[in-house]
Amino acid sequence: MYTFSSKLKTFSFILMAVGLLGIGYGFYTAPKDIKEVEQLLAAENHGGHGAIKHEVSVANESHVVGEDSKVAKVSEEAEHSEHLNHVLHQLQNKPWAALYVACIFFLLISMGTLAFYAIQQVAQAGWSPVLFRVMQGITSYLPVASILFFILLVLSGLHFNHLFVWMSEGVTDPKSANFDEIIAGKSGYLNFPFWIVRAAIFLLGWNLYRYYSRKNCLAQDEADDNLNYKKNFKISAAFLVFFIVSESIMSWDWIMSIDPHWFSTLFGWYVFASFFVSGITMIAMVTLYLKSKGYLEYVNTSHIHDLAKFMFGISVFWTYLWFSQFMLIWYADIPEEITYFVTRIQVYNLPFFGAVAMNFLFPLLILINTDFKRITWVVVMAGIVILLGHYVDFFNMIMPGTVGDQWFIGVSEIASVLFFAGLFIFVVFTTLTKAPLLAKRNPFIEESKHFHY
Amino acid sequence: MSNKVIYAIYNDDDVLMDAVKKTRAAHYHIEEVFSPFPVHGLDKAMGLAPTRLAICAFLYGLCGISFGTFLMNYVMIQDWPQDIGGKPSFSYIENMPSFVPIMFEETVFFAAHLMVITFYMRSKLWPFKQAENPDVRTTDDHFLMEVAVNDNESELVSFFENTGAVEVKVIEKH
Repeated sequence: MYTFSSKLKTFSFILMAVGLLGIGYGFYTAPKDIKEVEQLLAAENHGGHGAIKHEVSVANESHVVGEDSKVAKVSEEAEHSEHLNHVLHQLQNKPWAALYVACIFFLLISMGTLAFYAIQQVAQAGWSPVLFRVMQGITSYLPVASILFFILLVLSGLHFNHLFVWMSEGVTDPKSANFDEIIAGKSGYLNFPFWIVRAAIFLLGWNLYRYYSRKNCLAQDEADDNLNYKKNFKISAAFLVFFIVSESIMSWDWIMSIDPHWFSTLFGWYVFASFFVSGITMIAMVTLYLKSKGYLEYVNTSHIHDLAKFMFGISVFWTYLWFSQFMLIWYADIPEEITYFVTRIQVYNLPFFGAVAMNFLFPLLILINTDFKRITWVVVMAGIVILLGHYVDFFNMIMPGTVGDQWFIGVSEIASVLFFAGLFIFVVFTTLTKAPLLAKRNPFIEESKHFHY
Repeated sequence: MSNKVIYAIYNDDDVLMDAVKKTRAAHYHIEEVFSPFPVHGLDKAMGLAPTRLAICAFLYGLCGISFGTFLMNYVMIQDWPQDIGGKPSFSYIENMPSFVPIMFEETVFFAAHLMVITFYMRSKLWPFKQAENPDVRTTDDHFLMEVAVNDNESELVSFFENTGAVEVKVIEKH
């Protein structure tokens, strides 16, 4: 049995406390009205009008596109106030978006782990059963994350923030000044009730699988036949079918709909690759931590080697999808699609290309070596870079549509990550103390104990 | 000086592995082991050095990506920078995404083919090569260990008979 070291527990509490303070600070310092924005902008650029007007053109495309025709007609004064209003929304979105990115990132890390776990069950992998309890520990964060994330979605729906443009008042009403024909055309799919019900179904489905899978796995320890194991096999197969459908829709709902004027067909796979590799990396990191504390007797370097191979392979897979999405749109250069990347390259240049360096070049060059994949510090280092890289990847997906050119990785962003990291550590390691770290009667456990590559 | 060798023939890979370990422990020099299929762990038991073929492949891949980059840069940017459908041919980086498929394929092509050719050269394999089979059964269901004899013929024969060999032959090699 694992005992939660008091040091780690304190560490997780510190992370949560510091994170909460930072999140609070982020919300407290967000501008409340247009006057504050005006002061902010005046302090930032002394150029006055000219510089400010220039920003309008670079600013967030999804907001601007629908307003283009109007902007041309209105007087300079009105344009100025419209701009201020726009910046106000972006700045008010900033702490919310920071919270949203961190929340969905850790939620999806536990989902990536859950998908990997289900695949291992269905594939009847002979190497991984010694890691099942570690994976179950990581996925125990899923229920907590689901609740927090669902609350965040509901708050968005109740207009506490402007994360989702398509939720604003009047976008579907032809008489409103806010009317957006493109979004109105999508309102059969993008409407709050349907959207929130979908989210509830997906989160519920994932959590149900996690709950029963863990329950059966624990029951298998005490049983004298393999019924529970077979049950797990079946529900894992069913889950994977449900997962791939729900995952795809989830990526449209929670991420792609941030930019409701834009769409991409391989987006679901791209998001999947991003959190799948993060999940596998997290399994490797937690495994290495527990191993270093002497809790995983049967885990040897071959298990680590296998995990590192998955980290390497799926990193390359992510890059393949990243590039396929980018290159197809860049090559054809269709205006309604390319705006997505124009914003990212012009305004998010470093994070946009930095993510490729962190998620592709670094793991490619480090984890290609067989000997390196067995060295703890190499895998940990690669893991840290991959996890940070995929945080940046989610940052790139969500921030341009919510805060536009007002982005910054500052107090709000870091504090949100710290809070969820602390919560994640606390929940995961608490669950790890609840059951033995080695599944007893898994049919493949003997093979897994003696696995060597 | 005669160059006699012992052919110890086995019909089971487990017995062979044991025999290899015993032979190494007794400090007899194993010239070669012939097997109809790869025996997992045999190279380790024989104490063979690990292959460096993967390192070769990595370097060949680097050559491939350099060649692909050079080719596309020279052809598309330096030599005749045409406007083809509005693609920006002003510098390599500006038109880079459209070259990536070629750079990727060149990398894989160089790495794969040069590595295979390296393998053929290092293991001396080519189309009209004379097969070096000491016993035809080694391609079907028998394993053969070849050990050099240095004036200790009877000692070696009895040693190998004790390792579970189905047949021990002393052969004069030319």
